[in-house]
Amino acid sequence: MAKVLMKGNEAIGEAAIRAGCKNYFAYPITPQSEVAEYLARRMKDVGGVFLQGESEVAVSYMLFGAAACGERVFTTSSSPGISLMSEGISYMAGAQLPVVLVNIVRGGPGLGGILPSQGDYFQATKGGGHGDYRLLVMAPASVQEAVEMVMAAFPLAEKYRNPVMIIGDGLIGQMMEPVEFPDDLVSEPTNKDDWATNGMDSRNAGTPNIVKSLHLDSKILNDLNLTLKAKYDRMKKEEIRYEAYNTDGDYRVLIVSYGTMSRVCRTAVDNLKESGFEVGMIRPKTLFPFPLEAIRKAAQKDSCKAVISIELSMGQMVEDVERAVQGKKPVEWYGMCGGDIPTPEEVMDVVRKLG
Amino acid sequence: MPKTFRKPEALSDAQTHYCPGCTHGVIHRLIAETVDELGIRGRTVGIAPVGCAVLAYNYFTFDFQEAAHGRAPAMATGMKRVRPDLIVFTYQGDGDLASIGMGEIIHAANRGEKFTTIFVNNAVYGMTGGQMAPTTMPNQKTTTSPFGRNVEEVGMPVKMAELLAALQTPAYITRQTVIRPKYITRAKKAIKQAFTYQMERKCFSFVEVVSTCPTNWGMTPVEAVGWTEDTLLPYYQIGDVKVPE
Amino acid sequence: MQKDVIFAGFGGQGILLMGSILAHAAMDLGFEVAWVPSYGAEMRGGTANCTVVIGDRPIGSPIIKNPQHLVAMTRPSLEKFGPLVKPGGVILINSSLIPVSSGRDDVDEIKVPANDIAMKVGSVKAANIVALSAFVARSRFLDYDMVIACMKNQFGSKDKLIQMNLEAMEAGKKAAQ
Ligand SMILES: Cc1ncc(C[n+]2csc(CCOP(=O)(O)OP(=O)(O)O)c2C)c(N)n1
Ligand code: SF4
Repeated sequence: MAKVLMKGNEAIGEAAIRAGCKNYFAYPITPQSEVAEYLARRMKDVGGVFLQGESEVAVSYMLFGAAACGERVFTTSSSPGISLMSEGISYMAGAQLPVVLVNIVRGGPGLGGILPSQGDYFQATKGGGHGDYRLLVMAPASVQEAVEMVMAAFPLAEKYRNPVMIIGDGLIGQMMEPVEFPDDLVSEPTNKDDWATNGMDSRNAGTPNIVKSLHLDSKILNDLNLTLKAKYDRMKKEEIRYEAYNTDGDYRVLIVSYGTMSRVCRTAVDNLKESGFEVGMIRPKTLFPFPLEAIRKAAQKDSCKAVISIELSMGQMVEDVERAVQGKKPVEWYGMCGGDIPTPEEVMDVVRKLG
Repeated sequence: MPKTFRKPEALSDAQTHYCPGCTHGVIHRLIAETVDELGIRGRTVGIAPVGCAVLAYNYFTFDFQEAAHGRAPAMATGMKRVRPDLIVFTYQGDGDLASIGMGEIIHAANRGEKFTTIFVNNAVYGMTGGQMAPTTMPNQKTTTSPFGRNVEEVGMPVKMAELLAALQTPAYITRQTVIRPKYITRAKKAIKQAFTYQMERKCFSFVEVVSTCPTNWGMTPVEAVGWTEDTLLPYYQIGDVKVPE
Repeated sequence: MQKDVIFAGFGGQGILLMGSILAHAAMDLGFEVAWVPSYGAEMRGGTANCTVVIGDRPIGSPIIKNPQHLVAMTRPSLEKFGPLVKPGGVILINSSLIPVSSGRDDVDEIKVPANDIAMKVGSVKAANIVALSAFVARSRFLDYDMVIACMKNQFGSKDKLIQMNLEAMEAGKKAAQ
């Protein structure tokens, strides 16, 4: 298929349709409103559902209702909106519903700003709402990757019956880059008859399906949480994705960086290489499950003097990097969280001092 | 020569960020004049919404809080319950008040909270780039209703003043506009009345102001005034909807 | 190789389109490319700008603090971005609306009365195309003839416009000499 030049937000909307998702509920918020604006038209072409909810709280339960019927459904929002959806996300995780959410993160806390940020790392990877749950979280570094991740997200959500979140930022959402759409996804949600409230007649069943998260019996609730844990453990075995850059030879410093920030780091690594200073980089593509093992191994290399987590936040992913490195090498943090993105030169300065 | 037209003390010198032809600025001025005339600047606290008026705190010279999207009436409730002597108003757009904040405004009104709400109805989400609002007119094109508002799918525009007036709790509820000088005088009176009821601790007071958003309507300021008169005002009729006994 | 340019002016001047035409052309020519607009609250008050970055390997950060080149369609945008341009770059000034210079002697400054030229070829709306053409001709950001070919492709369906835009292109190129 030929390449097209597309805005990230529009490409995300198109990718969902090509993944067979014809149901979209959302509430406007900068910097991702173009997804809704694109789908307001596009869903009409494909006979899908587009509805602007009255709030993100309402949207999260529209997702719940639609997903519980076994239909593919997704939303897009940005940080303050995701906070409001967090209640619904907890219910969806508890009820084991496959839903895809895209968070085009903006700076916080509170209203914050609208420029690129990675300040929602904790919220996305450590739960976000109440209770013991995790989302499968992916972080694209380009419009192309956003498309691929959105298309991969639906089958993953169905495989695990768990919400999947994709986190980008204003740059990924607003930027136009060439994209090549993969083949349309033809798979259907499987095994939904086992759990979805799609009507007993439509699944030829005599027993009802109940979708819920209330379990007053302590043993049953404990078992549910163990089931969830088993899913998350399986994700850790089967779904970790990352890119290792310039890690084959020796390097003096290891960078861990993802999304928009990793693009700058890649340039910094290239420039440093030209000046004879070798730096390796691990770029997590899944933030949960996190590539702990890959980072641990990369940090262990004798030549590696230090590891640095470079992120557009005050230092959130760095805690997972520390978990990976287990104190064997010094772990540092560098970043910005007001909306500016460090330049390659700034990254190079910081990295040089470590090695 | 004595000055006959001057900037209210309650209005700051800052230049506003509003687009040409936007009525937010006029409404700010009416509020500021009211605050001056009632001599309450020292005990007034405004609440800025999430919407184009999010920076309203830069344009007034009294205390201000900034709300989360739609939650201003709950914040105002908190303030008035702990400091009934403060004069509190929320300033909210139609997305803020009639969509995401519908719950907060209805319950605050129903409890008869003694604060004032200035509700700026411009039939669209301004700040985020012109999406459909609950107040968008039938067939009106917006970025999320590109084929026009389809009332079969999303219902009729919400008349907030009438909806709140249906509550049994006493309140002052009025709808005004500021698109021409003759309307401005009336709107000013209504706003002053609303604040006065609050000062008398009489009731919840609510002034809906039918406003313009030339930018997102895709019109010149002059066209926007015409469209307001021809399309909005017949549906959103101006005048008092409910007055306390 | 990496090149970048900022197009800046106010809403309604077709600023984002200029960048988008160039970005499309770069893609068609096989370059890596990123187009980044200003967005959100920044646009209230009417300013618009976009950055186009092209390269022969994946583009790192497409947010550029010091652009190589600038196409300024209004005075405030010249004042904002003019001082940031890297030495040696092109600063194109739309002299129909900007009565001043950048005041820089370390750049290649070129003044093009884009609005006036556009009016002559049929519509002031083509001022962006005039400026784009002049910029490409002067900076050799991309091969000029290839950009024309790509533009023809993009405007393909509305052939009335294409004629005017081609004239605008031609006039812009001339102005850049
Ligand atoms: C929880 C949350 N959701 C969405 C937004 C994005 N947002 C900012 S302003 C706005 C709507 C503004 O429209 P309106 O209330 O009509 O005011 P106007 O801008 O027209 O004055 C929205 C949806 C937000 N800030 N927070
Ligand atoms: S976008 Fe609309 S509501 Fe906002 S300042 Fe401009 S005209 Fe006013």
